[in-house]
Amino acid sequence: MTDKKRRSLVAALGAAPFVVPLLAKAQILDAPSKFKVIDSRERIRQRYFPNLVLTTQEGKKVKFYDDLVKDKIVVFNMFYAKCEGICSPVTRNLARVQNLLGDRVGKDIFFYSFSLKPKEDTVPALKHYAEMHKVKPGWLFLTGSPDDMELLRRKLGFVDPDPEVDKDTSNHIGVLKYGNEPLQRWGGCPGMQAPDAIAEAISWVDWPKDSANMKANGGAK
Amino acid sequence: MAYISKRNRRKEKDRQTAANNRSELIAAGFKRRDLLKMGLLTGAGMLIPKKGLSAHPITSAGMVFDDPQSPPTTPFVENMPRLQVLAPVASLTPAPTPTPNTPAGEERSVAHQAFAQFPPQRYYEMSQQQGTVLMAPVGELPPQTIWGFNGITPGPMIVERYGVLGSPGNGSILVRQRNNLPSNNGGFGFPSVTTHLHNGHTPLESDGFPCFFFAQGKFYDYHYPNVYAGVNSTHPGTGDIKEAMHTLWYHDHRIDHTAENTYKGLAGAYILFNEFDTGDENTGFRLPSFGDGQNPLTSFDIYMVFNDKVFDADTGLLRFDLFNTDGILGDKFLVNGKINPVLHVSPRRYRFRWLNTGPSRFYQMFVLGPNNTTKSFWQISTDGNLLERPMQVNSSRFSVAERVDVIVDFTGQAGKTFYLENRLEQEDGRGPTGNVLGAGQGNKILKIVVDGPAVADNSIDPATIPANTTYFYGFPNTNDAPRITRTFRFERGNGQWQVNGQLVGGCNQSPRFRIKRNTVEKWVFQNNSGGWQHPIHMHFEEFQTLSINGNPPSSTGIISRGRKDVFRLEHNMEAKVYFRFRDFIGKIPLHCHNVVHEDHAMMVLGQIDDVGDNNTQP
Repeated sequence: MTDKKRRSLVAALGAAPFVVPLLAKAQILDAPSKFKVIDSRERIRQRYFPNLVLTTQEGKKVKFYDDLVKDKIVVFNMFYAKCEGICSPVTRNLARVQNLLGDRVGKDIFFYSFSLKPKEDTVPALKHYAEMHKVKPGWLFLTGSPDDMELLRRKLGFVDPDPEVDKDTSNHIGVLKYGNEPLQRWGGCPGMQAPDAIAEAISWVDWPKDSANMKANGGAK
Repeated sequence: MAYISKRNRRKEKDRQTAANNRSELIAAGFKRRDLLKMGLLTGAGMLIPKKGLSAHPITSAGMVFDDPQSPPTTPFVENMPRLQVLAPVASLTPAPTPTPNTPAGEERSVAHQAFAQFPPQRYYEMSQQQGTVLMAPVGELPPQTIWGFNGITPGPMIVERYGVLGSPGNGSILVRQRNNLPSNNGGFGFPSVTTHLHNGHTPLESDGFPCFFFAQGKFYDYHYPNVYAGVNSTHPGTGDIKEAMHTLWYHDHRIDHTAENTYKGLAGAYILFNEFDTGDENTGFRLPSFGDGQNPLTSFDIYMVFNDKVFDADTGLLRFDLFNTDGILGDKFLVNGKINPVLHVSPRRYRFRWLNTGPSRFYQMFVLGPNNTTKSFWQISTDGNLLERPMQVNSSRFSVAERVDVIVDFTGQAGKTFYLENRLEQEDGRGPTGNVLGAGQGNKILKIVVDGPAVADNSIDPATIPANTTYFYGFPNTNDAPRITRTFRFERGNGQWQVNGQLVGGCNQSPRFRIKRNTVEKWVFQNNSGGWQHPIHMHFEEFQTLSINGNPPSSTGIISRGRKDVFRLEHNMEAKVYFRFRDFIGKIPLHCHNVVHEDHAMMVLGQIDDVGDNNTQP
């Protein structure tokens, strides 16, 4: 990114936009079509999964899309370590779901809990929270810069349209979002739903039987 | 140039510019550090409202809401399609059986309870499959990949007839649904389906229960006896004619994934005639003739399926917001699969059957005349159920899944142009703001040009019907004492939808309520969810409203007095409704029909059986 290019793009803000090529997979069609052809999985990545650098409860730095989401079945939720209300019950509930899914979690199914209070949730705080709930491998508790965590929460839809309600962090806790990234199958469910119902919902986005992924990862539940 | 009212033109331009600018920033690979350096991020990390980045009002928290903007399309140049009528097939292979034909690939798990009593007289077959359609004029949007019944959206229309009174079984049909959906969903869509005929009085194993889904390559036979409620109970051998339903629809109802599937196209229309609502304006109630449903010279009964959609600004393809839990609002309005089409009519009366398939929008539909005048029309039904008589109105309000049948009289209007206009302001998926915009300030959905040839009109002129008479069937009474009164409180907590403080428990839970077959129940719906409004839908039976916030339905309150199957539960509202549950048993859901809420567990799964329970707060 040259300074010259930056300046010209900044100058363009507010003026009539020009089209720049998107990432490698995109193709710009020749005239007459004004539409781009973008692979749908890539479009989902662009829209929802910024490649932010996050930090796990072990202090390890990871990139959100490349390391955590790509090619995986994932379960997202929001939490914070000092939460008095629903956080612990949801985390405990998810721990039961982790047990039901067995050793698939950590192989191709991953749980990610994102901090709503990144300033408070230091790595030791995350680690303590994880240990307190006896989470097994394949479940990461993640923090990052306040900007990044806020962007992530909004991208993943843990928001409320009422700004007053949205400011209340405890209101983002209750929902899980889950999906199979390569199959582009996504869903959401309440975090306090019965664990077997959550495991069942996740199983519905599992790899098809007989697929290579299924064989590699130990079969359907 | 997309049609945009003057009020919004500047805002739309700003939004388009902002969206393009955001895309450029992403494209140029600006890191957050760069954005900060350029002074484009707030401390909270949001792109600040520099002109050209977002035209959205910024909340006090400094947040900017993502604002999808579809590419512009030219309105009112394409003709509104008439729904294709599905022809029955001579036979089905393998032949349908009461018990599920598992070896042949049928994924039904419950036998048809009424197969012997009401053997199917006609068979239909549909394939749920991918299709490619044009939703806008050629070149304005690329061809769209949809999932539809027989690969089209809306799906083919089933037109059937109740058996004559005394021979109820003659209306019985069977529809075989095949799941031929692909694994590659192009970004959204879930290839496991269950088809619900909304709101047939259907044996519950054929009702499209959300957990009765079937997989790719499998099929499921749906038995629709098309009988009036009461046929095996209060009105044996005939059913109660006052329970006749005429305008229905069918759609996917797969648990957790209904919104994406219906949005992707899995919905279609279903009409029932009988010896009163005959389809021939010379007989019975003399409602405008249906003819063959296609020929503009003989078909004056037109089904209109409304939905609103969003298209990706860069690819032009249908876009579904995967992580939305509130409700999705589209900025493009479709009728029968086309964005802002035009309909040519003759100067006479028409019956329009209006259906809103959502995903989340509420409409208040007006007929806008020349010079922004408002043309009154006649509402004749609520959710497909005829009222006591046609009621003259200036507008009709309906939310997702509601149907409204209207008669619009274009007599003497040759040469004039009208629009169907939605004036109910709505800014997000939670529900309308309640503001009804002025004439010409709303969303013009359909243009209607009265330039068709003069044709005879033998349909009833509703203006000639004396007030306070019962012209149609009349309503069933609400005198029988309920066996039980149940309360359903719809709430939001911690970002989740709850009913009576509980979450839907998935497919393996015990039924939350058990209704005893052939009994009456009184239900209380309460909405404590603050800013949200919910179209609450119960399968299988129609209800009548007893009170809203303690007040009886008024004599002019059309919606309040008619039989319905969707209750539009507004802010802080309490409604009491009256149900008879008759004839058939099986699993049954109660749920919000804002399909995004439905997929986030705003549902209660129960059953009808011969035992019942006494759970007053399921």
